[in-house]
Amino acid sequence: MDSKFQKIRNDFPILNQKVNDESLVYLDNAATSQKPQQVIDALINYYQNDNANTRRSVHTLGERATEEFEAAREKVQKFINAEQSREIVFTKGTTDSLNLIASTYGEVNIQAGDEIVISIMEHHSNLIPWQQLALRKKATLKYIDITSDGQLDMQDARKKITDKTKVVSIAHVSNVLGVTNDLKEIAKLAHTHNAIMVADGAQAVPHMSVDVQDLDVDFYAFSSHKMIGPMGVGVLYGKANLLKQMPPYQFGGEMIDFVNQYDSTWTEIPWKFEAGTQNVAGAIGLGKAVDYLNKIGMQNIANYEHNLVSYVLPKLLEIEGITVYGPHDSNYHNGVISFNLRGLHPHDLATALDMDGVAVRAGHHCAQPLMKKLGVVATARASFYFYNDKKDAYMLVKAIYDAKEFFKI
Amino acid sequence: MSLMGLNNLYREVILDHSEHPHHKRRLANATQTITLKNPTCGDVINLEIELDNNRIKDIGFTGEGCTISQSSSSMMTDAVLGKSVVESLEMAQIFSDMVMGQKHPQADLDKLGDAAILSSVMKFPARIKCATLCWWALRKSLGDEER
Ligand SMILES: Cc1ncc(COP(=O)(O)O)c(C=O)c1O
Repeated sequence: MDSKFQKIRNDFPILNQKVNDESLVYLDNAATSQKPQQVIDALINYYQNDNANTRRSVHTLGERATEEFEAAREKVQKFINAEQSREIVFTKGTTDSLNLIASTYGEVNIQAGDEIVISIMEHHSNLIPWQQLALRKKATLKYIDITSDGQLDMQDARKKITDKTKVVSIAHVSNVLGVTNDLKEIAKLAHTHNAIMVADGAQAVPHMSVDVQDLDVDFYAFSSHKMIGPMGVGVLYGKANLLKQMPPYQFGGEMIDFVNQYDSTWTEIPWKFEAGTQNVAGAIGLGKAVDYLNKIGMQNIANYEHNLVSYVLPKLLEIEGITVYGPHDSNYHNGVISFNLRGLHPHDLATALDMDGVAVRAGHHCAQPLMKKLGVVATARASFYFYNDKKDAYMLVKAIYDAKEFFKI
Repeated sequence: MSLMGLNNLYREVILDHSEHPHHKRRLANATQTITLKNPTCGDVINLEIELDNNRIKDIGFTGEGCTISQSSSSMMTDAVLGKSVVESLEMAQIFSDMVMGQKHPQADLDKLGDAAILSSVMKFPARIKCATLCWWALRKSLGDEER
């Protein structure tokens, strides 16, 4: 298994470089992943050979571009096991997908006094759209709390989700705490109260096999760029019966049925939600990324990353003065690991690690309410992907010891 | 480069200021107060100034931040204490030019005192904001809203 993963590394040309005279150890995958040559080639090939606008051209190139774009949609459909390809809407990314739901489904279905339930661990992009919707509609925004070891508090979820709840929206995997939330159970809870279940899958789809039908979520959002695909494209999965009832998100070309001077009608889903020229190259690149991930197998990727976490998490926990956020049992911790060193600001730590070639993130990770809950302004965060190996994990730990020595802490 | 490179940024003086910051306290008679945030990391500085006859009679800061932002604040308060508003704003300009890599005569840099040593931050672009946050707070609280 490991030797197979060793070869994989060669597919990612960007990893083979020096920063600050040290070999790059890229551990900022939760922010964005690197791209394999296969995906880069797909983009080049599209622009070199097939570029045309989709659905509005009769000519051969236009036909080809449309076919490839729709083929990418089908690849995504199968990848997350959606029932139909028209349940896959291409967007700009997770943020765009979540805003789409809040400002279409939310705008129509949320009324004064209704409740929207999210959790305290949400990324700003699964928080602010709901917060602003609640403010507009005089609805109540409620937060499910976390337990002392940083897992979603299911007891609290049972309390917070009530008959007044219309929408529950939760991250599948936290971009700070590294926990996987039990979406299936939360979706059940939501549905018993006749609420819809929305999931932010930005940190899940790249790392594990996701089956939206099995989870029984109503909407599921994710980004191409975190799963070795290009930036600027993402996905909103929605159950067809819900998508059909929703008003359009934006108006313009390609989303219409008929346009009269004073009124218009809309085309079918998913195109109703795809106004204007789409990121065709991006979608095709995402399709290629899906092919690549499928070839390795999502279960293999999940197992491989679990092994890496089992290796590195105990080593991190051994470091004197470290605080690791989220569960300390690697069985409950994905490859996103946030931590702080006593006596050293995470910014200083990240600069020190960068001098050793180790790229981690320092900051609030777009989760300020969670930072407040954890009692910190910022943390350092190392996040792994399947092209990282034990040597990378070792280099992270070593670089932290180097920093401790330098700053005498 | 390894950790040797860190010596370029974290000089002894900088570490000293951050460990034992000067003027890190609230003022009893502040005439100006301001709170600024570094949006990328959430670091906060509260700056308080007591102006007397257009001169900085006293200055203090509180808030959380990294080594660079803490030591920069400490060095800035040393540098501008007792200076006139005009002189302080001039120093703020010199500082911001300096970290952006623009040349100034040595005599200008000398005006900054210890703070001049932060020119090293220029080689760490991601950290320039940490060094300039307190100087922006100073500018704003002295009524220099430009830029
Ligand atoms: C959990 C989570 N949700 C949402 C996002 C936003 O994704 P994007 O910036 O691709 O829209 C991210 C990524 O930063 C994330 O980690």
